Amino acid sequence: MTGQLLSYAIWVPIVAGLIVLATGGDKHAGIQRWLALIGALLGFLVTLPLYAGFDVESAGMQFEELRPWIETFNINYHLGVDGLSVWFVILNAFTTLMVVLAGWQVIERRVGQYMAAFLIMSGLINGAFAALDAILFYVFFEAMLIPMYLVIGIWGGPRRVYASIKFFLYTFLGSLLTLVAFVYLYYQAGHSFDIQAFHRLPLGMTAQALVLVAFFFAFAVKVPMWPVHTWLPDAHVEAPTGGSMVLAAITLKLGAYGFLRFALPIAPDASREYAWVFVLLSLIAVVYIGFVALVQTDMKKLVAYSSISHMGFVTLGFFMFARGTDLNSFAVEGAIVQMISHGFVSAAMFFSIGVMYDRVHSRKIADYGGVANKMPIFASFFMLFAMANAGLPGTSGFVGEFFVVLGAVQVNFWYAVLAATTLIFGAAYTLWMYKRVIFGDVANQHVAELSDVNKREFLVLAILAVAVLGMGLYPKPFTDLMHFSVNDLIWHVSQTKLPQ
Amino acid sequence: MTWTSLNAWVAAPEIFLFCATCAILLLDLFVSDAKRGFTHWLSLAVLVVTGALLVRGYHAAPQYAFSHMFVADPLATLAKVGMVVGVALVLIYGRSYAADRGIFKGELYSLALFSLLGMMVMASAINLLTLYVGLELLSLSLYALVALRRDSVESTEAAMKYFVLGALASGMLLYGMSMLYGATASLNVLEISQRLMVEQSGNPLLATFGLVFVVTGIAFKLGAVPFHMWVPDVYQGAPTPITQLIGSAPKLAAFAFTIRLLAQAMEGFTPEWRSMLVVLAVLSLAIGNLTAIAQTNIKRMFAYSTISHMGFLLLGILVGNVVGYSAAFFYAVTYMLTAAAGFGVVMLLARQGFEADRLDDYKGLARTHPWFAGMLLLVMFSMAGVPVFVGFFAKLAVLKAVVDLGMVWLAVFAVAMSLIGAFYYLRVVKLMYFDEPEGAAAPLSGCMFTRVVLSLNCLALLGIGLFPNDLLLLLTNAVEFSLPI
Repeated sequence: MTGQLLSYAIWVPIVAGLIVLATGGDKHAGIQRWLALIGALLGFLVTLPLYAGFDVESAGMQFEELRPWIETFNINYHLGVDGLSVWFVILNAFTTLMVVLAGWQVIERRVGQYMAAFLIMSGLINGAFAALDAILFYVFFEAMLIPMYLVIGIWGGPRRVYASIKFFLYTFLGSLLTLVAFVYLYYQAGHSFDIQAFHRLPLGMTAQALVLVAFFFAFAVKVPMWPVHTWLPDAHVEAPTGGSMVLAAITLKLGAYGFLRFALPIAPDASREYAWVFVLLSLIAVVYIGFVALVQTDMKKLVAYSSISHMGFVTLGFFMFARGTDLNSFAVEGAIVQMISHGFVSAAMFFSIGVMYDRVHSRKIADYGGVANKMPIFASFFMLFAMANAGLPGTSGFVGEFFVVLGAVQVNFWYAVLAATTLIFGAAYTLWMYKRVIFGDVANQHVAELSDVNKREFLVLAILAVAVLGMGLYPKPFTDLMHFSVNDLIWHVSQTKLPQ
Repeated sequence: MTWTSLNAWVAAPEIFLFCATCAILLLDLFVSDAKRGFTHWLSLAVLVVTGALLVRGYHAAPQYAFSHMFVADPLATLAKVGMVVGVALVLIYGRSYAADRGIFKGELYSLALFSLLGMMVMASAINLLTLYVGLELLSLSLYALVALRRDSVESTEAAMKYFVLGALASGMLLYGMSMLYGATASLNVLEISQRLMVEQSGNPLLATFGLVFVVTGIAFKLGAVPFHMWVPDVYQGAPTPITQLIGSAPKLAAFAFTIRLLAQAMEGFTPEWRSMLVVLAVLSLAIGNLTAIAQTNIKRMFAYSTISHMGFLLLGILVGNVVGYSAAFFYAVTYMLTAAAGFGVVMLLARQGFEADRLDDYKGLARTHPWFAGMLLLVMFSMAGVPVFVGFFAKLAVLKAVVDLGMVWLAVFAVAMSLIGAFYYLRVVKLMYFDEPEGAAAPLSGCMFTRVVLSLNCLALLGIGLFPNDLLLLLTNAVEFSLPI
């Protein structure tokens, strides 16, 4: 049983999705919802033993599975998680559960297909986090685009077609170059697609730089880093609530994870050499995108830009490993914590906006005002998530940002100063938006007709609130799991791989 | 010379097919229009038997017949199995389409089977004359098939273009072959290779000249840029089953034919023909993909997409070693299946007076016919090369071979072009899934058997994608056994 936990984490949601799909059209929407919920719940439950059984003292891969898949090309079905990836498998299964609940009544047409798309996507994302074979990773990483493309295109807003195609082509471009890099590494590593073999592989500087560029395209687009971020606001704004939740909470993390799993360990020397480029781009994302978020009039777009800014923090943390006096594990660990926290907070933010959108059918800030008068319970929850988004101490948003700033100070004081401005900008755009939407007098007829959250919405909000607060007050379980793996990674990256 | 010394049993599938086709041609005269189904099922039965004979005659070692005019090696045999499947799919998918348009006649079946015979001879030919005879049998049958709807202006025009340009290309090829003969004093593929490479006795200048013409002929038959002008018009003008026939099985024949001419006969000139194929491949990938974006007719779109896929096929071949050839072989086989499935869906939606060939005809298909919209989705993503469909592994195999050769830039170029390709495949998905249907749901044509076969064909794209190893291994072994190093 424990030997195949990761396979269960991948295939349980996929099979559940196929079952939901097989139940047919909207006549069976009721059954489909329940089946999807059971599937998502099972999918979440099978990931829990990953946490319980995880050996925190080990930096190596755990729960490994190795089966030959395509012997002709030496591609294996090789799964395993370490401290870097284990949380994302759990987070992903958790988010899927939230998404199914979030779409419960809101989605009225093609319910089965909607639920199935998210379940299948959940399995594929788990596969990408757990894959230890480059082609296996690539297959999951790409296949995930298909359900997301359909979700945005079918259930999205007015400009859904543009957004969905832009989303697909942007991400496809990046990953195709990665494929060439993988094939190149395959020959360098003596006909193997094993990621850990790639890690050990000595490479010259030019080769490392080119490989890094290829990875940059794939993962920077996914994160997204400035200036390849432009697909994200479009995709977020047009996607249905569930789509935005998964995009922000999980798929962006996959890009960041790609840097940890591929770019840094495979091309450490090039990463050190060109860390300044990444740092620069990250700081631009943090500061400039913070300003951009400030002027948004659309709530979803605002949160989308805030996601880019927060993810800039993550990539900043990753590339702080390089210039430290000694091994700088603070920043990297902080960045991973920030990823997990952002997973909870952004999902919660998008869900909250979805709650309002379902009632008023507008995302414009100007269409709201005085929501607190009509939805007091909702307003309190939204307040918590807004605070977390702004990085208030006591919420999960604070922990990661604090660690990253702490790490940045050791490298360069000015990096830290620029990075820390996010705490101000984050507070500014989030709380200003909150003020305009929630406080004040009832703005118009639509707001006057609002009703407070129902039981289902309350449940989702409450679970997310517990997660946000829990992680903010007691982050130790999160950092414990990743500690050894992060140290191992940093040590690995500090070694040169140039052929002597 | 006796029957045994001819070793004719090696060609048993071809001999059987020939006799059976002649029999069908005659028997059909006694069948009334209402009972044409008899011809249909009889043809399918002939294909099944031919396939069985092929499988039974599979030998790892090449077997020669008719004094080294004909060879049955694993590469030829597997390619022929693929062709039989391809033609069978054409007959199955095309039946109701043909019946609706008054071309459900004996000619369709006898000509299709003769074209298959031509392809099989092409795959097995090891002598330039046999190669040419096979090619002409294929081409002449196809010209006639394109013009099968005598009252249709587009079909007639397409047939005329196809014939004129095809004849020109055949002439080029024949001219090139004559130069090869002049250079080496032999028509046998293996002897030509021997004289040019080992004995160095041929005239290399003349052989290079011949090579240019041979490559031109090959490029025309594959539909590679800049010899692609006929492809869009013929694809659009021909009745859809014939488009499927042109777009699927003959690609395998053209692959085998290319291997015979370039990899076997001109093995010693690999650097020369490689640089020619690089140009062809780059142009095909670029022009095929870019032009496909502008199309509003799905058959024309498929035509340009075929051109780009042939670019990928050429990438595999130009690598010039077993890895590259097996990648190209895998590409050809899987492309044959994918194209057949694509045209199958087009024909399923077509009915009397309605071709279903405009892209707009696919609007809202996910609403009206969710199952077949899903099937076309598989085809589109497979053609775009998105994992986990088989098209991805075909592209991966080719890229792997190209990178192994050290031409990383070519691989990067190819993936950049696939990105452009993804756009127009996605657009079809967009029309089916994101748009609202125009008007009421139209009924599907085709019987249950057709639909089941079509669904299995589409699902095979996913199935082979999930477990590509067996097919890859089979094809790689076939290439290794067939091309002695």
